[in-house]
Amino acid sequence: MTGAITDLAETPPVVRRRWWGFLRWWPAAVVGLYVLVALVGPLLVDYDPVATGLTDRLLPPGATTHDGGVALLGTDPLGRDIFGQVVYGARTSVTIGALTVALSALVGVTVGVVAGYFGRAVDATLSRSVDILLAFPGIVLAIIVAGLFDRSITVVVIALALTGWIPFARMTRAMALTVRDREWVAAARVMGVPRRTIVTRHVLPFVLGPVVALAATDFGLVVLAEAGLSFLGIGLPPTSVSWGQTIATGKEYLSTAWWISAFPGLVLALLVVHVGLLGDQFNSYFHRTGRRGARSTSRRGSTGRGVEGSP
Amino acid sequence: MTGVVLRRLAIGVFVLWGAGTMMFALLRLAPGDPATLLLGPDASPADVAALSERLGLDRPIVVQYLTFLKDAARLDFGDSFRFGQPAMDVVLGRLQATVELTLTATVIAVVVGLALGMLAGRRPDGPVDRVVSGLTILLQGMPTFWVGIMLVLLFTATLGLLPSSGTGTPAHIVLPAVTLSLPFTAIVARITRTSVVASMREPYVRTARSKGLTESQILTGHALRNSLVPVVTIVGLQMGALLGGAVVVENVFAWPGLGSLVVESVSNRDYAVVQAAALLIAAIIVVLNLVADLSYSLLDPRVRTGAHR
Repeated sequence: MTGAITDLAETPPVVRRRWWGFLRWWPAAVVGLYVLVALVGPLLVDYDPVATGLTDRLLPPGATTHDGGVALLGTDPLGRDIFGQVVYGARTSVTIGALTVALSALVGVTVGVVAGYFGRAVDATLSRSVDILLAFPGIVLAIIVAGLFDRSITVVVIALALTGWIPFARMTRAMALTVRDREWVAAARVMGVPRRTIVTRHVLPFVLGPVVALAATDFGLVVLAEAGLSFLGIGLPPTSVSWGQTIATGKEYLSTAWWISAFPGLVLALLVVHVGLLGDQFNSYFHRTGRRGARSTSRRGSTGRGVEGSP
Repeated sequence: MTGVVLRRLAIGVFVLWGAGTMMFALLRLAPGDPATLLLGPDASPADVAALSERLGLDRPIVVQYLTFLKDAARLDFGDSFRFGQPAMDVVLGRLQATVELTLTATVIAVVVGLALGMLAGRRPDGPVDRVVSGLTILLQGMPTFWVGIMLVLLFTATLGLLPSSGTGTPAHIVLPAVTLSLPFTAIVARITRTSVVASMREPYVRTARSKGLTESQILTGHALRNSLVPVVTIVGLQMGALLGGAVVVENVFAWPGLGSLVVESVSNRDYAVVQAAALLIAAIIVVLNLVADLSYSLLDPRVRTGAHR
């Protein structure tokens, strides 16, 4: 990772190094901070999502609670600390985001490699299934699936991954198709290397870089979608803490307690924006190396309509 | 051309069949027996058994599936237990509000997006371009439902200018439509910028310059026109995302469209309405994708005359 980013800084000779060059690290640092908060924040911040303190209802940011603590970002109508909800919500968002992206990438890469490297039949089935899934807006499908089944993190992850795997499958398929006809793959085939070994040793390594870039972009979208589901009151159990739920609570108290909705949304937006920036950095890096390695990532693959255009 | 249209139509019908099958499977997989859900937890076993028989739930799954397909082809998804009328009627009654909202949002997104994209694409990497690109990243990263609430905070709770929920006057659509349009404005702006930058390098722009047209004439006459194809494409492709966004935004502003209906129905386990609404949304997306595909040929003479292929 370190090598990746310094490489990015040095390769294009036209770009001069400027004093603000360290800003390159900014998105990674911010995303890292979120992950850190998600991991250790709940250990440091004392917050009980079930406990209510009615004496501390709707306190503005910075007010003192009855037990002498400071409600940094205010409290909600049940007297619960917003800062605590922001910290615990980070854990929920990052966990669901990571699990969903991992599941999507696993399914997508598997399907993509099989479709791109092995037969036409798989490819045709894949492209038709994708057509069907894309007939629904992703969030609608997630609402229906998460709403029908019992509330749990697992259901939310599956509901979000239901369409989340598609970009991974499309990209992997496109990469697998271009790598399949390269000389070293042909050589391996002639030497009688088993197909499974060819795929893992000669095809997958090319796919991994772009998959990381895609995973970053996808992570932002998943976090947004999860917050949307929680905002609508669908998916996660009521006991869990989520930014979307807090924002929904604050909607009813906008004229009196703006801080309930404002802060979790701000925190969420900052995360998504920085994950997006990080994804862009990955993308420009891997696209260059991608071009150097596999000759042409065909335009079809990158526009995402690839599967459909198969002969 | 006719062949292409027919092929696309066939794919459309296939996709709708698949979407219907998927909904059927999902609702059968969901926990809870539909008859018990309809009658409530206090119903006697005899009543549940009677309703199961009337709804055909006691028959083999294959028979149920075939009946579902037959009924679905006639747009019959059963009755909504919450409204006591055919589910499709309930859904169609909500369609207009969603169409109004999404169309208004699309117009805003296209007009503002084209303007921003052209401003940014005039001088690539100039200050305006930087600002616009920062803005697009921000617009795409902010959760729409939160932006909606913040707009309500500003325009309703603080300034008292616009209504925050419901329908009635034209002012009611302003906040929901603006909220819904923001991420799509960003997408349109990005596409327009790329396309304007590309067309400014084309020979016909050099010709236009050499015959003395002003920069703004070139921008509107040549660069903008050539940006329309990608913009129409992206609007068509984003229609699904736009409808998905509408589902969330409608819930923020209590806008009585399909989106709020889907969420209410899922929460209340009104399965007939969920099915009907989901399939109507799927049908809209399939048709719009078809239209977007076919409209390339109307906007791009190279495709129209077949010189491109």
